[in-house]
Amino acid sequence: MTIYLPIAELSVNVFIILGMGAAVGFLSGMFGVGGGFLITPLLIFYNVPPVVAVATGANQVVASSLSGAITHFRRGTLDMKLGTVLLLGGLVGASVGVWIFSWLRRLGQLDLTISLLYVILLGIIGSLMLMESLSAMRKAARNQPATLKRPGQHNWIHGLPFKMRFKKSRIYLSVLPLLLLGFVIGVLTSIMGVGGGFIMVPAMIYLLRIPTNVVVGTSQFQIIFTTAYATIVQAATNYSVDVVLAFILMIAGVIGAQYGLRVGQKLRGEQLRALLALLVLAVGVRLAVELIVTPKDIYSIAVGGF
Amino acid sequence: MFRRRAFAALFALSSLSVLPAAAQSLVPFQMPDSPKETIEIGTSTSEIAIASDFRGADLTVFGALGNPDALLLAIGQYDVIVTLEGPAAPATVRRKERVLGVWVNTQSIGFAPAPESYSLASTRALDAIAKPQVLAEVGAGFSNMPLTPTDFAGAASRLGEFRDAFRRLKETNGLFQRDTNGVRFVASNLFRATLRLPANIPDGVHTVKAYLFKSGTYVAGRTLPLRVVKTGLEQTITDAAHQQPYLYGIFCVLLAVVTGWGASVAFRKD
Repeated sequence: MTIYLPIAELSVNVFIILGMGAAVGFLSGMFGVGGGFLITPLLIFYNVPPVVAVATGANQVVASSLSGAITHFRRGTLDMKLGTVLLLGGLVGASVGVWIFSWLRRLGQLDLTISLLYVILLGIIGSLMLMESLSAMRKAARNQPATLKRPGQHNWIHGLPFKMRFKKSRIYLSVLPLLLLGFVIGVLTSIMGVGGGFIMVPAMIYLLRIPTNVVVGTSQFQIIFTTAYATIVQAATNYSVDVVLAFILMIAGVIGAQYGLRVGQKLRGEQLRALLALLVLAVGVRLAVELIVTPKDIYSIAVGGF
Repeated sequence: MFRRRAFAALFALSSLSVLPAAAQSLVPFQMPDSPKETIEIGTSTSEIAIASDFRGADLTVFGALGNPDALLLAIGQYDVIVTLEGPAAPATVRRKERVLGVWVNTQSIGFAPAPESYSLASTRALDAIAKPQVLAEVGAGFSNMPLTPTDFAGAASRLGEFRDAFRRLKETNGLFQRDTNGVRFVASNLFRATLRLPANIPDGVHTVKAYLFKSGTYVAGRTLPLRVVKTGLEQTITDAAHQQPYLYGIFCVLLAVVTGWGASVAFRKD
């Protein structure tokens, strides 16, 4: 059954989009990631223009992070105050990101930049995950208990001024690194259509030493608002949010996530993480190949002012 | 109404056909006393509504020649080209080059507003109808569509290549269509042109243009506006996205909120 995507100006098979959304939702439920970093490249492979894939990806992440944040809110593992500080940085970052996005689009370098950023990002994440899961597998084989890296109590970040007390997280921390982290993630949200949880979570744990239990909920809380804001600004400046595409992805994504969550709780982690790492690397390699292989036509055409 | 006029012209012609033919054999290409040929076209409506998910369709344009020379008509010396030009929009063509192993857009040319779509039907192949200079003068055919560069980014010497690329890409994505058998004479001076409308036809005011050629020279032309209106849910969404972008964006977010919240309620375990 084909359906016409009005903004992407493309007829697509609705089952392929549903399958994509469900598969990414399943993975995101299983591993606790947002899934934006897989949705956008998959849409690009399916010939959705990168401009639309990014803006629509951000819209889809609103739904997935919201259902995740609600769960954490109920469990009390969400620090609103910490999330709000991150969000302030995130909103500024998302504004700057949309501005960079439009500027790159006018220059004709947007598609290339999106692909390059994804190749770098997926390459790094995939490699780190693969190394981590392989070493965990090796330890499990030697029957050693998996030692969680205990981060030290303080580093230079904790010497910065403008400190603020976050009661829920039980930390006393400068707002500067939080604003900066929020800002960087906000820029990536606008340019890449990702929530940024996969960068936010490790940065909060390893750099800012924020207790692990509040990290995922808090990052999802701020991602809801950053991606919502990015969606509205993208819609207003680039007219590139495809509501039909986003809705199909959301529905499939949130359902897939619930099943992923259940499966993820039952299965052993290391092998699954290694598989996800390989998948992430494969998507990155595929994007890299497209950048290197001689294109069918070296000319391209853009209607309007872009 | 137009059809009656066309038949009247047809009858008038057939009664006069013998005499001019005799005169013509003496002075083949100069007939100062014969009235000038005209061409008339008509479509059934001035507006066509199409569902935005349609897969392409045909537009039929009827037309008639006025005051044609019957002998020349009989031996096929009259040729007709009918085109449908889409609304004009500026466009940018970019060219990629390999930089450090990666294909990068390095050069670009911006063109002044040109028809976004172009569909052509003719009685014969264009090069058989008239010489390239004649076609260029009247602007019939893709290759004669004026493409005026407005800004260059390091590509001034490749203007010709960029223009060719523009036309080739438009043809590849279906926006430029041509059918050199698309115009058929249905009764001596009455013709029917079948124009292919691409699936991705832009909406707005299009122009139907008809060109009449006699033995390779352009003799008459006619234009007619035709509004293409897209209908359906998809078009409503497109309009909303462009005309009320903030409200549209807020709607997209609300939809996500409802979906995300709904899922967490529906799958709540307790």
